[in-house]
Amino acid sequence: MADTVLNAPNIKKLSAKDFRSDQENRWCPGCGDHGILNSVQKAMAEMEYKKEDYAVISGIGCSSRFPYYMDTYGFHTIHGRAAAIASGAKCANPNLEVIQISGDGDALAIGGNHFIHAVRRNIDMTIILFNNEIYGLTKGQYSPTSNQGMVTKTSPFGSIEEPFRPAQLALGAQSKFYARSIDTSIKLTAAVVQAASAHKGTSIVEVLQNCVIYNDGAHALVTDKATKEEYQLILEHDKPMIFGKERNKGLIMGSNGKLVVVTISEHGITEGDVLVHDAHTEDPHMHWLLSSMLAPEYPVALGVIRDVDSTSYDEKMVQQIEDIKAISSIKSMDDLLNSGDTWVVD
Amino acid sequence: MSQKTKVIEREEVVIRFSGDSGDGMQLTGTQFSDTSALFGNDVATFPDYPAEIRAPQGTVGGVSGFQLHFGHQEIYTPGDYADVLVAMNPAALKSNLKWVKPSGTIIVNEDSFTDKNLEKAGYESDPLLDDKLADYNLIKAKVTSLTRECLKDSGLDQKSILRCKNMFTLGMVYWMFDRPLAHSEEFIEKKFKKYPLVVDGNKKVLKAGYNFAKTIEALPYNYSVAPAKIRKGTYRNITGNKATAWGLMAAAERANLELFCGSYPITPATEILQELAVRKDLGVKTFQAEDEIAGICTAIGASFAGDFAVTTTSGPGLALKTEAAGLAVMTELPLVIVNVQRGGPSTGLPTKTEQADLLQAIHGRSGECPMPVIAASTPSDCFHYAFEAGRIALEHMTPVILLTDGFIANGAEPWRIPAMSDLPEIIAPIAKEGDDFIPYAREDKRLSRRWAIPGTKGLEHRIGGLEKMDGDGTVSYVPENHQVMSNIRKKRVELVANNIPELKVKGNDEADVLVVGWGGTYGHLTTAVRELQKEEKSISLAHFNYIFPLPKNTTEVFGRYKKVIVCELNDGQFAEYLRSSFQDIKFEQHNKLMGLPFTVVELKERFNQLLEDK
Repeated sequence: MADTVLNAPNIKKLSAKDFRSDQENRWCPGCGDHGILNSVQKAMAEMEYKKEDYAVISGIGCSSRFPYYMDTYGFHTIHGRAAAIASGAKCANPNLEVIQISGDGDALAIGGNHFIHAVRRNIDMTIILFNNEIYGLTKGQYSPTSNQGMVTKTSPFGSIEEPFRPAQLALGAQSKFYARSIDTSIKLTAAVVQAASAHKGTSIVEVLQNCVIYNDGAHALVTDKATKEEYQLILEHDKPMIFGKERNKGLIMGSNGKLVVVTISEHGITEGDVLVHDAHTEDPHMHWLLSSMLAPEYPVALGVIRDVDSTSYDEKMVQQIEDIKAISSIKSMDDLLNSGDTWVVD
Repeated sequence: MSQKTKVIEREEVVIRFSGDSGDGMQLTGTQFSDTSALFGNDVATFPDYPAEIRAPQGTVGGVSGFQLHFGHQEIYTPGDYADVLVAMNPAALKSNLKWVKPSGTIIVNEDSFTDKNLEKAGYESDPLLDDKLADYNLIKAKVTSLTRECLKDSGLDQKSILRCKNMFTLGMVYWMFDRPLAHSEEFIEKKFKKYPLVVDGNKKVLKAGYNFAKTIEALPYNYSVAPAKIRKGTYRNITGNKATAWGLMAAAERANLELFCGSYPITPATEILQELAVRKDLGVKTFQAEDEIAGICTAIGASFAGDFAVTTTSGPGLALKTEAAGLAVMTELPLVIVNVQRGGPSTGLPTKTEQADLLQAIHGRSGECPMPVIAASTPSDCFHYAFEAGRIALEHMTPVILLTDGFIANGAEPWRIPAMSDLPEIIAPIAKEGDDFIPYAREDKRLSRRWAIPGTKGLEHRIGGLEKMDGDGTVSYVPENHQVMSNIRKKRVELVANNIPELKVKGNDEADVLVVGWGGTYGHLTTAVRELQKEEKSISLAHFNYIFPLPKNTTEVFGRYKKVIVCELNDGQFAEYLRSSFQDIKFEQHNKLMGLPFTVVELKERFNQLLEDK
């Protein structure tokens, strides 16, 4: 798949611009989707796939307009079903680099079943989950990630539903790769999309996206200039979990099994006491704790939270077919038609 | 093989094996039919089993049956009424007695007629003791105790011994019809290869049953059914579901594409997915999806990415797939949707047959959303029509619905094996690197767009469920364009009529009555019409496999007959559809909603009535 030789002579390196289609963009001005589109195009320009090997597949919703703006093979499908359609495309041609674009309603409400099963099967594709905690295209109803108490058109007295935390759902479905970014952070989003693409298996990139019209400021603590450094923990494998404007805050494991925010050099805490991120450990416990952190009690974990080696569904599918082909005496339909109990009428 | 006192030659015989669903009756019936086919008879079979895997033992609801019809001439149905009924318990006798011919033979396992079992079956007194069965040739055999006796030193445990008792009855019936044991012995050896004691036990009991029938002279005479005069060739037995799976695989091979099947298990379609799952050796990719919707959606994804994609289901599953089927129509991607119809609505009668999904197949989607619909009519021609569904889908770039039903899907018959080279090559309009590709540009003959498969350099494009501009395929809400695109989608299906055969009538080109049927009722309609034709009645049969669009000569055929009667296992859906297409024709109807096939007897009665009515 990644056999394109980027540095080989006569192969022109692609730029983000090469991935822009000629379609007029219909997202609202100020919508977080613009930033995500730029990030993904930037990431693709850095990745080692041929342009024709990308298949960008979306469901329905604002975010699912995405394929129209990409100059790749693209499929704008139906509500909730992108994961299933992307799964089929990957099985048909495992050489494709399949990217699924879905919103929180598309992936976790109507498409919840397909989402968890794609993750469980570990089909080699990247799911970019635009999480704005609202239904935008239908003009402002609560979504499965909306907080309890949120007032929307269909919850005029406040939502009484418990929200999904997408990472918890993914980990429950045996997810092997989970990353998180924010729409305005082009560099971080591009970096985690590249890491997701490099991972074999289903990779989820949750992007905290701002809907300027129906849920403006949903992620404000994490994205506003004034507060973001205090509420962003950008994880890097093998690096200490340090954050804050002064880079003096960190996480330690409390005696009750909960994460605790500490300040370095206060109460005898040193940098050496701060937890070091291990994205590659198979045990999901720490990844669960990290991905479940909510502001303002905690910083929000960004970057690659979990990246565990695994064999993908499509690799196993191809291998099984090859193994059976090697041992079966049936090589063609004619062989099959004439196999087993047959008799001749003269 | 045995000395017969008296041999009676018969044209055809119907046997019905019945017992508790754990009694192994399906296997017993299959063994007898395979042996008869190898002997050279034409055979048709039909399993009739409860939806529950282990329904309450000994009850009427838990009875599993297998009927087979074999003969010296062409056999089109599993037969209406049985010459021989095997009943392993009182419940089997109770539920099947009405299917035995007057003075037919009934073999019962006498051991199972205990007070408890009689009560469970709802008998107030033992039918073996009173005169209720006096008009039949009743053979009482202590099958359980004879099996036990036979295997007392076999080293098998009691449970395993009792499992062999179906072989005792199979042995008895083999003797009655002078069939060799060799095929079943071989089968037993293969099936229980790893358990030599079980092989020996089953073979011993099979032989014991055979000898028992011979000793007691189970029949005052023995039936002999000579081999049928059948077209030369190599044959095999095949069920409708297996034939469907193989037809799809054959289409993939002749189209030079890989086959992808995305499906969710559902009775009675599951065997198609199972059969395809076995065929990794031929590169078949099967994807057992999380639900019916994912079944069709994975198939659509696979079609987008260049595979010959199919999804298999039954009625309720088709309902779940409808939105995605609309996406396939909108994006003009090839796809075959197989619907093995069962009794509905809702969960309905999962293991019983019906034809009541016809209008769902033709119309059951949101918006104006036409797609071709075809139907198979016998177990073995499921191969041909599955291939045809693939051919139409790939050549016309459209989803196609193939209708079969529980009756032909589970039924089996001998099938003359085709050579792959006899099947036409299927050429899908695949765009190549360097082509001047416009997503919705169309070729003239079929108005189909070309298939630019991801991975092909330079043909990157976007498709989707939104209405699109004719030609370039960009999203368009222009009112006039929606009219144009709707017209094109309709026309594309109509143009399929140029690529399918004309309707052929069985019988005279003009007659008093034209019987019209479609799909799985073919065998019963053919038999009924042929029998009436032998009686020199003025009657012909037009049986449809191509439903939407209809063959081009349909109007002309209907016009030649005085009366037209449409027979179907629903409340008149095909008749309704025909009425909307041919307003000048008066369509009579014959319908049935019992979860069962027609009987030849009921059809003849109805046709005779119509022939006599002025």
